[in-house]
Amino acid sequence: MSQSYRTKNINSFLNKSKIINFKFNGESYLGYEGDTLASALIANGIHLVGRSFKYHRPRGFLGVGVEEPNAMVQLHEGDRSEPNIIATEVELVEGLIANSQNCWPSVKFDIGEVNNLLNRFFPAGFYYKTFMWPKSFWMKIYEPIIRRAAGMGVASLTPDPDRYEHNYEHCDVLVVGSGPSGLASALAAANNGAKVILAEDKAHFGGSLLTDEVMINNRPGTEWAEETIKHLKSLPNVILKNRSQVFGYYDHNMTVMFERVSDHIENPSKYAPRQRLHYIRAGEVIISTGSIERPLSFGNNDRPGIFLASAANEYMKIYETLVGKNPIIFTNNDTAYLSAIEFKKNNISPLVLDIRDSSSGDLVKEAQSLGIEVRFSSGVANTKGHLKVNKATIGKLNSSKDSFIDLEEINCDCICMSGGWTPTVHLSSQSGNKLKFDKNIDAFVPDKKKQKETTVGSANGSFTLKQSLEEGFQAGFDLSNLITLKNIKTEVPVSKESKTETHEKIWCMPLPDGENPKRFIDFQNDVAVSDVELAVREGFKSIEHIKRYTTLGMAGDQGKTSNLNGLQQVSNIQKKIVPEVGHTTFRPPYTPVTIGTIVGREVGNHFQPTRKTPTHKWHEENNAVYTNAGLWLRPRYYPRGNESMFEAVNREALNVRKNVGICDVTSLGKIDIKGPDSAELLNRVYTNAWMKLPIGKARYGVMLREDGMVFDDGTTTRLSENHFHMTTTTAQAANVLAHLEYYLQVVWPELKVNVVSSTEQFSGAAVAGPKSRDLMKKLFPNIDFSTENFPFMGVKDAEIVGVKAKIYRISFSGELAYEVNVDSNYGLFMWSEIIKAGEEFGIQPYGTEALATLRIEMGHVSGPELDGRAVPYDIGLHGMVSQKKDFIGKRSLEKLAYNDPERQTLVGLVPVDKKTKIPEGSHLVEDDKVKLPNPKLGHVSSSCWSVEYNNPFSIAVLKDGKNKIGKKLFAVAPLKNISILVEVVPPHYVDPKGERVRA
Amino acid sequence: MLEIKCPFCGKRSQNEFAYGGDATVKRPALGQEVSTKDWDDFVYFRDNPRGKHSELWHHISGCRQWFKVSRDTATHEIFKTVRLEEEL
Repeated sequence: MSQSYRTKNINSFLNKSKIINFKFNGESYLGYEGDTLASALIANGIHLVGRSFKYHRPRGFLGVGVEEPNAMVQLHEGDRSEPNIIATEVELVEGLIANSQNCWPSVKFDIGEVNNLLNRFFPAGFYYKTFMWPKSFWMKIYEPIIRRAAGMGVASLTPDPDRYEHNYEHCDVLVVGSGPSGLASALAAANNGAKVILAEDKAHFGGSLLTDEVMINNRPGTEWAEETIKHLKSLPNVILKNRSQVFGYYDHNMTVMFERVSDHIENPSKYAPRQRLHYIRAGEVIISTGSIERPLSFGNNDRPGIFLASAANEYMKIYETLVGKNPIIFTNNDTAYLSAIEFKKNNISPLVLDIRDSSSGDLVKEAQSLGIEVRFSSGVANTKGHLKVNKATIGKLNSSKDSFIDLEEINCDCICMSGGWTPTVHLSSQSGNKLKFDKNIDAFVPDKKKQKETTVGSANGSFTLKQSLEEGFQAGFDLSNLITLKNIKTEVPVSKESKTETHEKIWCMPLPDGENPKRFIDFQNDVAVSDVELAVREGFKSIEHIKRYTTLGMAGDQGKTSNLNGLQQVSNIQKKIVPEVGHTTFRPPYTPVTIGTIVGREVGNHFQPTRKTPTHKWHEENNAVYTNAGLWLRPRYYPRGNESMFEAVNREALNVRKNVGICDVTSLGKIDIKGPDSAELLNRVYTNAWMKLPIGKARYGVMLREDGMVFDDGTTTRLSENHFHMTTTTAQAANVLAHLEYYLQVVWPELKVNVVSSTEQFSGAAVAGPKSRDLMKKLFPNIDFSTENFPFMGVKDAEIVGVKAKIYRISFSGELAYEVNVDSNYGLFMWSEIIKAGEEFGIQPYGTEALATLRIEMGHVSGPELDGRAVPYDIGLHGMVSQKKDFIGKRSLEKLAYNDPERQTLVGLVPVDKKTKIPEGSHLVEDDKVKLPNPKLGHVSSSCWSVEYNNPFSIAVLKDGKNKIGKKLFAVAPLKNISILVEVVPPHYVDPKGERVRA
Repeated sequence: MLEIKCPFCGKRSQNEFAYGGDATVKRPALGQEVSTKDWDDFVYFRDNPRGKHSELWHHISGCRQWFKVSRDTATHEIFKTVRLEEEL
């Protein structure tokens, strides 16, 4: 049965010289270049594609493009496997593999179909009603079962091998959709000198011109389309994008477009991405997205083989594919006759059932003159055929059209239905346009614009070609002229089209006597007329509530074919007109977009920038294991041989305590502060006094936020009278700069100060340990390193083998220490010189872990303590707070709670067994046996293995900590089932008097 | 994504900027006696209007200047952007 459903007519869209092999559910099939997966399957007589979401009913194709709610497949295999892909949107490419989803063991025999037999137990709100009790069942029983049953396809668990890109575009006029009104808009705007982007979702430009029988300037509409596209392509101010869907409309005319770049190419260039996301900021947006045909509701209207009439027409005209050979056309309007006529041209005689009592439209007359049988006042009541429709129960309707007069069963292999047309208003609605109901077409159209958007053509409810062209040319000219002011008008071509008569306002067929088949409204979400009736009966009034209760119009489909039929059904039941029922909100994306496209290139190493210090090469060569500090890569430790992390960290820390170590501190934030009011600024942002800091001296400072919480700390050095060098923590560097800029620009503009980040200008190395002075003497023989001449917090200019350097005598490790800074370009040189000179003193590099050990032992606070929840007292910094002057956040420190005599403060902890390490984040409690909730007295902020005492040590924030020294408490981590008896000790565990740094 | 006109650089996309809160808040002068209520009002309490709102933005990935924006919080329409010393 190879491609036995091809038409006799030939068109220009399929390339029959290029045969394409593809596989569906393991079987091999042939198609042609230009086919979609859908058209190729239909050409091979395959209609059963998948199983429906809730009832696992057999489903096939309903549409031919984005409107398709049923035919979702699992595409490709292995790491390229993609779920829920709409088969009508997949262009056929050699070797394509697709599989049905939501069925087991196979699409033809699916065990889940038992849901269909039990459908009376699965009404709207089933989940809400059924799984409410017992409550304890939810987590362990109900949720896992529902999760397994829900969803459609399966995502690949391996990384996506393809590349995706993002692109930013600006244009004067973005035209979305290339049907007659879109082409007209683009042409008029482009001729008037505007920079235009024309986006078309399909492979071919032209929209309805490709399938409608119309004349423009006395030639077929397709020729006018072709000529216009050729002209637009020749213009330098126009970008034409096919296979590109504008799926989102955001603030300030920011639209987002999804382009399928390589999916349809057998051997894509390795330089081309698979798909591309375009952010387009447009001066004006013209929405010419056309309209989507409405289905009709009748018994079992969801069987494979039941199509939208326009889809059948397009399959014949564009894809040379017959959706059936014994068709029934079922309609409430004239447009479906186009499909009937096209069938007839292929020597197939359809039966037309028209709900209306009569019509004398051009197409109806033409059909009748071709000998097509047309039965008015008739409809389809029910259908049969398990895996594909094979029979229809049809009949005459009574005069009020709420029941059938007589019914007969006839054979058919497809039913092509039409309930008229729904303007595609998704983008307009997304832009903030409140829609209005147009009674003439029984659909919503855009109303007052909130942004610079204009809808034209059938998306605006203008269903004739003449109107579409006129609106398009008008909008294209008017809107471009607002921008270009060129006044170049393009003449509107003369068009000729069939005259149509109006539709009948009936979209749902009565039930046949004594039967109760499901009449579906929303095919993707398995919502039937009975579900809407139930929801209304149960008291849901708002359409938004009905939507959520029944799931009507949700998910990937966004109600493209179901929205209006759902509203109509509610309005029928509530005896209201549709505009009183209102409509639900359309949300982006209009069509599903791959996650890969949204992410773009921001994957793996490109997820965020990686900042490496100038010394990175040395760290690499010396076996560093890294940690991320913000964007920076910092050495965490440098293992030697088979050393574990624990062993390496202890060795590094101990070497600092005994000899000398070197640590890369380049990532610390640095801010250059200049101006006559610099000292005044520091005095206002730091809690301590700064006015009298001598030149050549550094000082430790603490900054608060206005709410009194500690914001950051660091040392700042006075380089000259009006020039300071500030350091910040690595984590807060950017925030501190923004904080200073805020106060200088917004709050105190009278201060004459300039601040600029100098983090990347300097490379820094901390040289710490009792032997650091000897090493420094060797490195800088001209400098006197005696404490009298170069005390703690002193700063000196120096040279290291001819390279200018600054030496700061500051210490985070609590040891005698110096920090050497040089121009970043000499960072590696400086580091290598220090290592070389330090060999005889036993120098070793130490990473952030050893650094943490050293500072925890000394009770120095860092990130885990400066967590944004601590006032200075809480972490032992109250000595830093000046009582004499005012500063940012000072007034907040007067709050009662912050002055509670039992206020939490920083303490040290040692496990009583001197062995068990205390996990960071553990809670401190009096008794670990009491009933929960156990009152929490504090928490462990930082933990280390003390290399000085060779036992675990932690610092913690503890309620009334100052009176708890010597007490025993429990550090508990219930999730890890850990409880450790600990003794509270002072936080300064090593060298409590601070003698070493001042040595 | 909003399009914001920096008074120094011109129109740029929102991802170059950081939001900086209500522009009408005045920090009490340093050294001044401030009642607890006034201080709490300054630190914590902000109006949350639906409609026109004067706010600060920081051109953080651009010229790093703070400036004032008059914006509708419901529609996101931006009426005006000015330098700090100018009136909105």
